[in-house]
Amino acid sequence: MIPLREPGPRALPRRRDFVAKTLADLTEATERAIFAERYAREPGLLQAIDPRVKLITFLMLLLLAAWTQRLDVLGGLYLLTLGLAGVSRIPVRFFVKRVWLFIPIFAGVIALPAIFNVVTPGKPILTVLVFAEAPRFLPARIAVTEQGLYGALIFVLRVATSVSIAVLLVLTTKWTRLLKALGVLHFPQIGILVLGMTYRYIFLFLRNVEAIFLARRSRTVGRSNWREKEQWLAAGIGSLLGKSYRMSNEVHLAMVSRGWNGRPAPADHFALRRRDWAWLSFVLSLSALLIWVGVR
Amino acid sequence: MNTTTVFDLEGVGYDYLNGSPALRDVTFSVAAGETAAILGANGSGKSTLLKLLDGLYFPETGAIRAFGVPLTEAQFRDETWAFGFRRRVGLLFQHPDVQLFLPTVRDEVAFAPQQLGLAREEVAARVDAALTALNMVQLADRAPYNLSEGEKKKVAIASVLSLDPDVWLLDEPLASLDPRTGAWMTDFLFSLAERGKTLIIATHDLAIVQQIAHRVCVLDEAHRLIACGRPNVVLEDESLLLRANLIYNGHRAWQRPARDFVARGEI
Repeated sequence: MIPLREPGPRALPRRRDFVAKTLADLTEATERAIFAERYAREPGLLQAIDPRVKLITFLMLLLLAAWTQRLDVLGGLYLLTLGLAGVSRIPVRFFVKRVWLFIPIFAGVIALPAIFNVVTPGKPILTVLVFAEAPRFLPARIAVTEQGLYGALIFVLRVATSVSIAVLLVLTTKWTRLLKALGVLHFPQIGILVLGMTYRYIFLFLRNVEAIFLARRSRTVGRSNWREKEQWLAAGIGSLLGKSYRMSNEVHLAMVSRGWNGRPAPADHFALRRRDWAWLSFVLSLSALLIWVGVR
Repeated sequence: MNTTTVFDLEGVGYDYLNGSPALRDVTFSVAAGETAAILGANGSGKSTLLKLLDGLYFPETGAIRAFGVPLTEAQFRDETWAFGFRRRVGLLFQHPDVQLFLPTVRDEVAFAPQQLGLAREEVAARVDAALTALNMVQLADRAPYNLSEGEKKKVAIASVLSLDPDVWLLDEPLASLDPRTGAWMTDFLFSLAERGKTLIIATHDLAIVQQIAHRVCVLDEAHRLIACGRPNVVLEDESLLLRANLIYNGHRAWQRPARDFVARGEI
């Protein structure tokens, strides 16, 4: 049995080698993904909820976050996710870091132009640039507007809340149970099978990639130049593609050998308990309240 | 052992997609309850032969009959017959990573009975029985990718065992197993044979063949079947084994001292 280990010292060096760095990051991400199941095994509030109920209620919360235009409602939802992380024994600092790591990169980059009067006209609150001679298609004064700032804040908070809800779902639910819940909720079986197999084989292929890299390193003396690295990388990608293709054929044959005919058999069933109903009622009531607050 | 024929091959030939030959003019038959070993060096076509017997590939020349019925693509289009065949014949792949693709061990073991339309209670009973037989109940909810090679191999076996097929096709069942798991596997194969199952084992491990097989067939590197007979006869024929690249200069590879290779500059 291979023990789970917390992402620690890297097997692959960081240094300046871009290939090594990319592979090290991929391996680390994989280990993190496996390691993340640790929280799904904790005896917390969300872990105890039936995955079907969790999936439905989290979807409701996501829709609510997408629908509302009010900062206080979004803020309330975000605080709720923090509270749920806490009672589900997920370290809040770890949770916040995991969510906010990518927000500035993705949501921030998209939202940034929207705060200026060039994109969102409105009441200026901070002038950042004044042209001596205004260029065509641009106002003479570039300023941050109140409306722009509000819109950007709403957008960033909406993304943060949505990502928090999704991360909370993934962290508190074992992948296998999540897939089964999707099946019970009549998500197309072929999609579930593809998801499951992708998750399962991505680890295998990453290990393959790591093995290819280590094999190269073990036979490399001194520094190689960019051209050599590029050639090696292209060859490695080709080799991995060949292996993947071969493996996909073999996996298909293994499935056919055990009766696969293109129509997946249904997954097994879950049983709802009192706490699942209680959670469902709580989320329904909360949604009704937030919708009422939102439309008031 | 009874005398009902399970497989009957007549002049079977098969080429890979790139045109290179995999099998040439293979003729032999396997009786119900028999344990037959297919011996051959790497690349001689053993795995391909098992896939042909499992109806995953179809011969380009010659013919295969299974339980008296021609094994053809057209025959497999008859779903009732195909389901019946898959229930009766199970294939254990050489690499368990190929065979294990579902999120948990339990799902993996349940896959075949579910696919073959067994009732939910029957599937659950078979899964429990297979996991208990292999002493793997505690691994039921684990993900297969987190298991050791030996455990993966056992899960792969459980995934076939849950079908309880009459015929087991086993591709290098002892490959990359540690000695303890290897010994367990040998015992497991014996138990299957004792229960009257038909076993067809592709291997280049001469030791297991000596222990378990009723009959040994040898594929040479030209992908032809060059012998089929009792183990004590075939395994004593050193020229035959040398021709099939199963021994080296009259020695079983593992018996030859490494210093011989060093002295000849081969290491």
